[in-house]
Amino acid sequence: MRTILFLLEKEFAQIFRNKAILRLIFIMPIVQLIMLPLAADYEVKNINCSIIDHDHSPYSRRLIGQIEASTYFKLVDYQQNIEGAMPKLEKDKSDIILEIPQNFEKDLIKEEKATLLIAVNAVNGVKGNLGAAYASGIIRTFNQNIRMDWMTFPKMNPIPEIRISSIPWYNKMMSYKIFMVPGILVILVTMVGSFLSSLNIVHEKEAGTIEQINVTPIRKHHFILGKLIPFWILGIVVLGLGLIVSYIIYGIVPVGSLFLLFSFAAVYLIGTLGLGLLISNYADTQQQAMFFSFLLMMVFILLGGLYTPIESMPEWAKVITKFNPAAYFIEVIRMIVLKGSGLKDILPHFFAIGCFAVVFNLLAIWSYRKQI
Amino acid sequence: MVMSDFKAIEVKNISKNYDKGKIVALDNISFDVKKGELFGLVGPDGAGKTTLLRIIATLLLQDSGEAKLDNFDCVADFKAIRQRIGYMPGRFSLYQDLTIEENLNFFATIFNTTIEENYHLIKDIYVQIEPFKHRRAGKLSGGMKQKLALCCALIHKPSVLILDEPTTGVDPVSRKEFWDMLGRLQHDGITIIVSTPYMDEANLCDRIAFIHHGKLLTINTPQNIIDSFGNVLWSISGDNLFSLMTKLRAWQNTKSCFSFGENLHFVSINAQITPQDIMHYLKDDSVQVSKIVPSIEDCFMSFMQN
Repeated sequence: MRTILFLLEKEFAQIFRNKAILRLIFIMPIVQLIMLPLAADYEVKNINCSIIDHDHSPYSRRLIGQIEASTYFKLVDYQQNIEGAMPKLEKDKSDIILEIPQNFEKDLIKEEKATLLIAVNAVNGVKGNLGAAYASGIIRTFNQNIRMDWMTFPKMNPIPEIRISSIPWYNKMMSYKIFMVPGILVILVTMVGSFLSSLNIVHEKEAGTIEQINVTPIRKHHFILGKLIPFWILGIVVLGLGLIVSYIIYGIVPVGSLFLLFSFAAVYLIGTLGLGLLISNYADTQQQAMFFSFLLMMVFILLGGLYTPIESMPEWAKVITKFNPAAYFIEVIRMIVLKGSGLKDILPHFFAIGCFAVVFNLLAIWSYRKQI
Repeated sequence: MVMSDFKAIEVKNISKNYDKGKIVALDNISFDVKKGELFGLVGPDGAGKTTLLRIIATLLLQDSGEAKLDNFDCVADFKAIRQRIGYMPGRFSLYQDLTIEENLNFFATIFNTTIEENYHLIKDIYVQIEPFKHRRAGKLSGGMKQKLALCCALIHKPSVLILDEPTTGVDPVSRKEFWDMLGRLQHDGITIIVSTPYMDEANLCDRIAFIHHGKLLTINTPQNIIDSFGNVLWSISGDNLFSLMTKLRAWQNTKSCFSFGENLHFVSINAQITPQDIMHYLKDDSVQVSKIVPSIEDCFMSFMQN
């Protein structure tokens, strides 16, 4: 116990002396929390739209007017035919082409239906998809309005209509930030837990200091604990700091229990520290550790449900997310912060993350033993 | 000298291979170091010195054979050994971001002791670096780093000091100082085993072992090794050393000819050879030939040739 205290004293002296790392630990959460939610915004605006109107009728003008009035679209081009509009699409000047055929109004009134063409530039898939979806939405509203117009004719039977209106629960304004910020916090905590700890241990290997430590009576588990405890504490501090930053900047107040959140983070950090130790056992240089951690981080982020919901992933990817500890924590932090979930709701996650902590640490200790 | 017959280190038939047997680092090495002795492992880079010292320091497992330190087995009793040795690796391996004082304090505390308790051991060395005790170890000069490393290796009063090339990369004045310090530590009763690629330092040891390609060539006192040279050694100097050496090496009378700085050291198979014979053969007016006493390095070269 005494030995661990001395090791901790040394470790903290070194961390606080390493100004670059220290600044990063405190500045990184702030900068990332400010920048990322703003940049990683799914709401696509300024979709450049080309319009070809063959009809020139009041209805077609009304549709165009509605598209123009929406905040999503920017009319950049007005052409006579599709051949005229294509070059702009090809040059990436416009993202979407809406073609209104001749007799649009006539067909709509006489045959009670009309066809429109939407051509989408799918090079930027997200923008294209969303553009098409927004356009369809506008056309649907347009369609409904026309029906309402016709209903006023008394001879017509009223058409039964189902109107869907949605209320977003737990995030009333559907604010993207409230949803993203907790997820980003998880990534930050993971980076401190696995990145920093593995780099720190590998640094001792690189500098040869581990050699000097090995000839002292320091036991291996003392050394490992002396390495992991400081980063465990740092991880908790980063989480606290991140919550404060997200309160100050985004006004996010966790609905659920902070104690529960930190308890989960405590177990989660033990798991990621074990992972960091595991990496450091197989890496001889900080470069190797860095690249391997980076690979892991990419998987954690992309298959963790941070940006894309796990539910919409293909089956094989869903299987991988089951082995991704970050995915559990991202879900849990959103549940606690947004929804106020209690211990009972996150018990399965707690169990899974507990298993990760045990498995990673056992693997790490086992591979550490194999070395001299 | 407080030497006794008690053995501080016993190495028996130690072998060690790397890369699954492709590289033989140590080949059946056996030797003893007496209590209180200053023992030198002398050999070129890659001879196996570091491997041997790391096995004794319990940092590496041998493939076969056994090593004992103060009668403790280096494999089974590694914990007991780690309490008794002070090990200084070839590369500076203290915490560069901690100060001199912090490094020393750290190593004292993890050995459950304090700087004050064993201050007498390190005093001579520590006073030289004490003015800089608040400076970080990474910012020290090479010589000061060595002194700090030695202090850290000594702070828990080890019975055996294991030094791996302590003077490599250190200036000549600091090297001399360092060896003076080793002499004083020996007086305090500490057994020292030191490896070095410098042949001149070998003279300062009580006994030395020549090691080359993982094999021990000989173990003896420096004087005995020189006495056992057994040949007449000639020093030859001239204007064009390289062509002289090529010429001598082609001569049927030559046993060996090596370049030593500005001279050639020449041994003939013919013990009766005279300077005149040599000069006559070389046919060069600039050539000067004189008889010299062999150095440790000459002995090493001759052992290597055999």
